[in-house]
Amino acid sequence: MFICTATKLHPSLPSPFHLPNTAAIPPTTRKRKAAEASISSQPTEALPNKRVASAAKSKAPPTPVTTTSNTMDSEEDFMSAMSSDADMQDFSGEEAPSYPFTYFDDDFDDEPDPDFGVLKDSGSKKKVAYDVSFQVYEPADIQRQQDDMVNEVNMILDINKEDAAILLRHFRWNKEKLIEDLMDRRAKVLEAAGLGTDVNTAPKLEPVPGFVCDICCEDEEGLETFAMKCGHRYCVHCYRHYLTQKVREEGEAARIQCPAEGCGRIIDTKSLDLLVTPDLADRYRELLNRTYVEDKDTLKWCPAPDCQNAVECGVKKKDLDKVVPTVACLCGHRFCFGCILNDHQPAPCELVKKWLKKCADDSETANWISANTKECPRCNSTIEKNGGCNHMTCRKCKHEFCWMCMGLWSEHGTSWYNCNRFEEKSGTDARDAQAKSRMSLERYLHYYNRYANHEQSAKLDKDIYQKTERKMVELQRESGMSWIEVQYLNAASQTLQMCRQTLKWTYAFAFYLARNNLTEIFEDNQKDLEMAVEALSEMFEKPVQELCDRKLKVVIMDKTSYCNKRRIILLDDTAENLANGATGGTIYDYFAW
Amino acid sequence: MTSFASKRLAKELSKLKNGLPPGIDLISADNFEEWLMDIRVLDDNPIYRGEVYRLKFRFSPQYPIEPPEVTFIKQSDRPIPTHPHIYSNGIICLDLLGSQGWSPVQNVETVCMSLQSMLTGNSKNERPPGDEEFVRSNRKRPRDIDFYYDDNTV
Repeated sequence: MFICTATKLHPSLPSPFHLPNTAAIPPTTRKRKAAEASISSQPTEALPNKRVASAAKSKAPPTPVTTTSNTMDSEEDFMSAMSSDADMQDFSGEEAPSYPFTYFDDDFDDEPDPDFGVLKDSGSKKKVAYDVSFQVYEPADIQRQQDDMVNEVNMILDINKEDAAILLRHFRWNKEKLIEDLMDRRAKVLEAAGLGTDVNTAPKLEPVPGFVCDICCEDEEGLETFAMKCGHRYCVHCYRHYLTQKVREEGEAARIQCPAEGCGRIIDTKSLDLLVTPDLADRYRELLNRTYVEDKDTLKWCPAPDCQNAVECGVKKKDLDKVVPTVACLCGHRFCFGCILNDHQPAPCELVKKWLKKCADDSETANWISANTKECPRCNSTIEKNGGCNHMTCRKCKHEFCWMCMGLWSEHGTSWYNCNRFEEKSGTDARDAQAKSRMSLERYLHYYNRYANHEQSAKLDKDIYQKTERKMVELQRESGMSWIEVQYLNAASQTLQMCRQTLKWTYAFAFYLARNNLTEIFEDNQKDLEMAVEALSEMFEKPVQELCDRKLKVVIMDKTSYCNKRRIILLDDTAENLANGATGGTIYDYFAW
Repeated sequence: MTSFASKRLAKELSKLKNGLPPGIDLISADNFEEWLMDIRVLDDNPIYRGEVYRLKFRFSPQYPIEPPEVTFIKQSDRPIPTHPHIYSNGIICLDLLGSQGWSPVQNVETVCMSLQSMLTGNSKNERPPGDEEFVRSNRKRPRDIDFYYDDNTV
C-alpha cells in the first residue's frame, strides 16, 4: 500500500494585481530612438549595396521563369543577395561572419557589407559556438530504426521478433545491455521483461470446458478464451475490452500487463493483433513508436502541434549548463532540445526555468508592490497605504513614521498630518534604506519589462506579417515587382521573429548575470541587436506606397541581413563564454537571486 | 450502463448476498451505479476500535475494466477513519484504485478487504500531509487526482 501526497492540488494563487506598471521605460521612446539612429545612417551604407543588388538584378530577369542553367546561376546569386528564406531557416548551414570578431559601438557605418558578394558555399565554413548537431526523423524513419534494431537482436540472439521488440523496450532500446544481460542470465531477464520461460507457441483463441471468466463471470459453453504464456485465462470479450481501454483511453502500449492482479506479463504484438480490431492495432503501433522515442534519451518529439517528427540530438542533460541545444524541426518549429520549450537562446535551460517561475510568481505582483507600497523603515515589512493620514504605525514592529518622507513621526512636531518637511536626517536615511531594498525589485522589473516587451512585439510583428502577405500581393501590383522580388518582406518578418525571440531571452539571461567586463560586451551586443531590430521593425510597418520605393527595399534587405549577423554574433559569443565558464573560469556565474 | 458492467455487477451482487467475509456488510445496492458498504476492523487496533465506516462505490460503464470510485462517506455514526492515506473528506489514496494498480479481476469484495487490511495494518493516527489544504481546495473527482505514491511502507 502506498502513502500519498496529492500533487498540484492548489494552483498558485492568482495574482490579484493587474495594474499598469509605472517603472518601465516606455517602449515607444526606445523604438523611436533606435529607428532614428539607424535611419540617419542609412544613406551611406545603402549606396554601395544598391549597386551590387542592381547588378545582380540586371543579370537575372525580373521574373525568373527560364530554365537555362545560366540564368539559374544568376538567380542563385540573386537569391543569396536577398538573404533568402532558406538562408534564414537553415542555421545549421549558416556560415560564420566573414569579418574579424570585434565589438563596435552603435556606429552603423562600421557595418560590413551584408551577404552581398559573399559566396554561399565558400569553403570557409566555421561552426558557430551555439550550433549543436541534430537530425530530424519522420515517422517512417522512426519505424525503420526500430525494425532494424529488432532484426539485429532477432539474428544475434535467435529470439523471435515480437519477443525481441518486447526485450528492447524493456531495456529502453539499449541493445548492448540487452545482449549482454541476456547472455549472462537469460531466464531472469526474460522473466523481468514479462516473457517468462519461452515456449514457442503462437497465441490462439480457444474454448475451455468448464471455464468461468474472472472478469465478467460468464460461463457460457464454447466461450472463446485467451491466455498469454502466464496462463491467466479470460474470455475474449473481456480481454478485448481490457486492451481497448488500455490502448485507447490510457494510451498505453509497450507495457500493457496481463489483466490478472500482480501479473507482470506484458502483452506482445501478435497476441494483441489476434484480440483487437485492426484500427486499434494501428493505434497500438503508433503508441509503440512513440515509446521508442520517449525511451531514448537522444530522441525527442517535436512539440509543434500536429508535427509527427522526432529530433535526435546528442547533447546530454548534464551539459545543459554549458550549451543551449536549439534544434529546428522540418516543420519549421525551433525548440530547445533540453527542455522542449521554444527556442530560448542564449539563456541556458536552468535559467529559463528559474526565470519563468519567477515571472509566473512575481511579475504582476511585483509591479503592484512597486507602484503601491513602501517598506517600513525599521523592519522592511511591505506596507500598503489604503487611505487615511500620513501617520503610519507599522503593524509588525510598531514603528511610527511619516508616509510622505519616511522619517520618524516624532520629529514631525506640530506639522501633523501635513508633511512639508524635507531633508531631515531620519527621513533621508529611511529613504536611502528603502531605495536599496527597492533596487532589487526595480532591477527585476527592468529586465522583466524588456523581456515582456519583446514577447509582445514579436506577436505584433507576426500579426503584421499576416497583413504583409496581402501587402506583398499589393506591392507586386503597384510596383511591378515579381513574387520573388517581394520575398524580402517575408525574410524581414522571419528575422524579426527570430531576433525578438533571442532578445527576449537575453533579458532573462542578463538578469542572472554577474557584473563584469563580459557582461558589458554582452550588453553591447544586446544593444546593437536591439537597435537594429527596432529599426527593421519600424521599416517593416511602413505602408505599401513607401515600400514600393526600391531604395527602401534595399535598406530593409540590408537591415535584415545585419540583424541576422548581429544575432549570430551575440549568440556565438554568449555560447562560447557559457561553454568556457562551465569548464574553467567563472565567466558567467549566476548569483542566487 | 452497458450490459457488460451490469452483468458483472449482478453476478457480484448475488455472490455478496450469499455471504460476506467478517467485518464487511452490504448496505445498499439498488442499482448498478452506486453501492454502499460498511467495513470495520477485526482486531483491536486502538485507532479504529468500536467504529464502523461507510464506503461508497461508484461504477462507470467501463467497470470492471476501469476501477470503481471508492470513498468513505461521513454520517453521524459513520466517521471517516484516520489514516495517512485517507483524507478527511473521505478520498482514499490507494494504488489499486488507480488505473495503474487496478486489475479487472478485483471486485467490490476484494476492495473492501484491501481497505480493511489497510486500516488493520496502520499504526499512525494521522491524516495525509497537506490534508487540510487538499480538502479545502480539491474540486476534482478522485480518479482525476494526480496522486503521487511515494511511500509503500504504510
